[in-house]
Amino acid sequence: MEVTFVLQDKTTRTVEAEPGWKLMEVAVDNAVPGIDGDCGGEAACATCHVYVSPQWREATGERTSDEQAMLDNTFGVREDSRLCCQITTDEELDGLIVEVVGS
Amino acid sequence: MTITDSHDAALTAEQAEARERIYALPLESLDPANEAHYPSGDIHWVFERLRAEDPVHFTAAEHSEYGHYWSLTKWDDIRAADTNPKDFSANGIITLARPVPESMTEEEMEAQRRQGITSLLSMDPPDHEIHRGAVSEAVAPANLAAMEPLIRERAGAILDGLPIGQEFDWVDKVSIELTAMTLATLFDYPQEQRRKLTWWSDVITSAPGPGRAVENQEDRVVAMNEFFDTFNDMFTRRQSEEPRVDFLSLLAHSPHATDFTDRELFGDGIVLLVGGNDTTRNTITGSVYALSKNPTENAKLRANPALIPSMVSETIRWQTPLTHMTRRTTRDVEINGKIIPKGDRVAMWYVSGNRDEDKIQNAASYIIDRKNPRQHLSFGFGIHRCLGNKLAELQLRIIWEEMLARFPEINVIGEPVRSHSSFIKGYESMTVVIPRRN
Ligand code: FES
Repeated sequence: MEVTFVLQDKTTRTVEAEPGWKLMEVAVDNAVPGIDGDCGGEAACATCHVYVSPQWREATGERTSDEQAMLDNTFGVREDSRLCCQITTDEELDGLIVEVVGS
Repeated sequence: MTITDSHDAALTAEQAEARERIYALPLESLDPANEAHYPSGDIHWVFERLRAEDPVHFTAAEHSEYGHYWSLTKWDDIRAADTNPKDFSANGIITLARPVPESMTEEEMEAQRRQGITSLLSMDPPDHEIHRGAVSEAVAPANLAAMEPLIRERAGAILDGLPIGQEFDWVDKVSIELTAMTLATLFDYPQEQRRKLTWWSDVITSAPGPGRAVENQEDRVVAMNEFFDTFNDMFTRRQSEEPRVDFLSLLAHSPHATDFTDRELFGDGIVLLVGGNDTTRNTITGSVYALSKNPTENAKLRANPALIPSMVSETIRWQTPLTHMTRRTTRDVEINGKIIPKGDRVAMWYVSGNRDEDKIQNAASYIIDRKNPRQHLSFGFGIHRCLGNKLAELQLRIIWEEMLARFPEINVIGEPVRSHSSFIKGYESMTVVIPRRN
């Protein structure tokens, strides 16, 4: 499966992903700039902040409560904000597009 | 055991003896908050032992001048507490404060009370979000990008002014200078008086005493009042001026400004001041020190300047400029097999978690190209995670880019003088010589 990151300079980066990983891990493994993953995916640092494009909102699920608490304290938060360590890749997300916010 | 705090060499006789001494003490008497452990670096033996023998450690009042408290020393326990503000409240508490002596005067009590500040760092939700949200724009990505050229210009000017072939104090001439300039910008405080900000921060974070920022409690009260008045004055002036992106203006123009109490505003001011001062200053000094003690790492960096960001993160881990934050339990909480009673104080020792071998391989070693250098506890985790972390990293990155462009070597002479504090892990002074320019 493939996922696409829209970077802060508006260029895009499409990468191969295996199902069953945190989207943050996919980004870090591919050195996607703007996704640091400092806390290792515990929804505790907000360095994996992305905007999820509208057609993918439902498939990516709801924010967790820890995620919500971190988003309450983060820059540039919008309605479509997610911490991408809280999104797990699966076949249904093949073709997913997210925008990297940066922290 | 052949690893020391600063490098991979075998322990010196002195270090081996210090370690033995710590291991010979009765376990229950160990008091990680005891400042005496810090200037020598002995604190790492205390934590090494606690992680192995008593990771959730209780220090009774008879063994500590801070009164009784608990210590978390393992990465996982620290992360669990830091991300659980419900059970581990930050309300009104940041560090372990000493109990109030009975002999205190009214004025001293007032100063003490101000110091036991209410601030964004010592608030629980929802107040926390309001205060943090008010000031965060000053260190938001857009503003940092705008500050970068300014910081680079200043860093260059500082470095160009350094003496060549002559001993000088790196802390004073570089680390304090750069961080004070940045701080003055963030507070929109007159640059000519920037060292005042540094001094206030030092007064706040260190106990009075000979050779310290202030000699005695009275001088401390005077200094705190002076900061309080200055801060208040600036806040009032900002209210009648156009909104800008300095901390005071952001606070003054927050939609919640009228709800903020004096005490909260003062607390926010202190946290922003200290947060922007010691941490970055001591990491800058720490990076020069660590690289001089680890020639292989230094060579790696000079051969490949692309390692600067990873070196910066590794230094922030290795240095851990703030040793801990403190919380108070809101109920009886079980953690790692121990029950911490409701209302007790809990110190989350980042400085120990950052050396936890269960989480970080070769944790005592300084390795600038280690895997996952960004995974460290120095900024904390959860809702109170350091607000200025990116600004700290930015300053470190820039000063190193400018240093590598100018100086082929920087030699540390002797050992630095370390801070006498169990909260700020830093350096009072460090003598260096720069033999020549590129
Ligand atoms: S990696 Fe820390 S919040 Fe996602």
